[in-house]
Amino acid sequence: MTELAVGTKKGLFLLEGDATGGGGEFGISARAFAGEPVDYALRETRSGRLFAATTSPFYGPKLFYTDADPAGEWQQATGVELPAGGEQTLARIWVIAAGETPGTLYMGADPGVLFESHDNGSSWQLNSGLWNEPSRPDWQPGGGGLCLHSICTWPGDPQRLAVAISAAGMWLSDDGGASWRRGNRGLNPRYLPEADIDPETSALCVHHVERSRTRPERMFMQFHGGVYRSDDAGESWTPIGDGLPSDFGFPLKVDPADPESAYLIPLVADMDRVMPDGRVRVYETRDGGASWTPRGDGLPAQHAYLTVLRQAFASRGSGPGLELYFGATSGELFGSGDAGASWRTLAQRLPPVFSVAAA
Amino acid sequence: MAVVRVRGPLRALAGGRGEHELEGPTVLELLRSFESRNPDTRGWILDERGHIRPHINVFVDAERGAEHTPVPAGARVEVIPAITGG
Repeated sequence: MTELAVGTKKGLFLLEGDATGGGGEFGISARAFAGEPVDYALRETRSGRLFAATTSPFYGPKLFYTDADPAGEWQQATGVELPAGGEQTLARIWVIAAGETPGTLYMGADPGVLFESHDNGSSWQLNSGLWNEPSRPDWQPGGGGLCLHSICTWPGDPQRLAVAISAAGMWLSDDGGASWRRGNRGLNPRYLPEADIDPETSALCVHHVERSRTRPERMFMQFHGGVYRSDDAGESWTPIGDGLPSDFGFPLKVDPADPESAYLIPLVADMDRVMPDGRVRVYETRDGGASWTPRGDGLPAQHAYLTVLRQAFASRGSGPGLELYFGATSGELFGSGDAGASWRTLAQRLPPVFSVAAA
Repeated sequence: MAVVRVRGPLRALAGGRGEHELEGPTVLELLRSFESRNPDTRGWILDERGHIRPHINVFVDAERGAEHTPVPAGARVEVIPAITGG
């Protein structure tokens, strides 16, 4: 049985079902934060704790968690705030990722900030290394804000971290987040004049980054116009978008068992953020981006102008049984239990989907 | 002494009480006092900068107030979410 935590514009929905079973939708097992925008939700599999990040238009962004019935009481996590008395406020929580040591979690948020927790997410501390990065005053937000949306730990080595910020680019750390350096060589922001591109100072709108679990120096990136691969742990990047109908998009997943694998959901372009040709398709590579194959068996094939947001693509498991799930702002939810070979509709008429996580 | 009235989640976070008698010469100082006496509400009305969140409205004796609006003794200060949606 797979559980999906789906953050939507109107609350958190938990759905349960069997990805490998026959057709049919997943059932909604619980709804929480009714009416509230839930930007991100996650069942942390080590602790079993369920997290929901909300951004109330009135009360600001908050992180809640529960260890019990999600339809019951939730606890508010502490420390999810910027230093008091400053000039900035926390705008939105974008992502939570498990660290490499027990009880450690990382959380990315707007304005380009990283939090860490060492008690399974009950309390959080702002990462001061990134907060005090000298270039921070020059960072520029993307259209979704100055969002830290991707956190890549290094399997077995808690000292090595990579985070991506739109539009402050890639940041790498070798000392557990005490200090950070940029990792942007090779990125080509087509929205800037070529003569002005500087990997140290240009506004680099990274949309999503994932690291291979079996070959950690291998990373994949969906950029704001461009798909890239790194083979040196994010220091430099090579374009691999040839063969895609568009190299614009947001989410990206990898098969944890295969360092040559990546899955993308292309959109037409930054000025037209819907599926190309009105067809819902996921694109897969199994050769590190040398070639791409559309995977759409079971997905809407016409008149489907969907948008899939940055955190609305999830995976579970690995190999031939890799489960893939994505939700659209149309309120539809799709899933595959065979690494994208076939798909089915799991839910329809949900509120606009902001995030999907599978456990 | 003024009476701060809260509703919805603020009331729940403030021990389930909708009315709180507090001291504070201005709206901002009164709300600081409210958050100090009700620590679970910290960050819900005032942001990290110490300002009232943009979509929170405050009324002093039924008149729209701002951070530096004086709060006379015996005033009723209502903290109400603004009209918004989507």
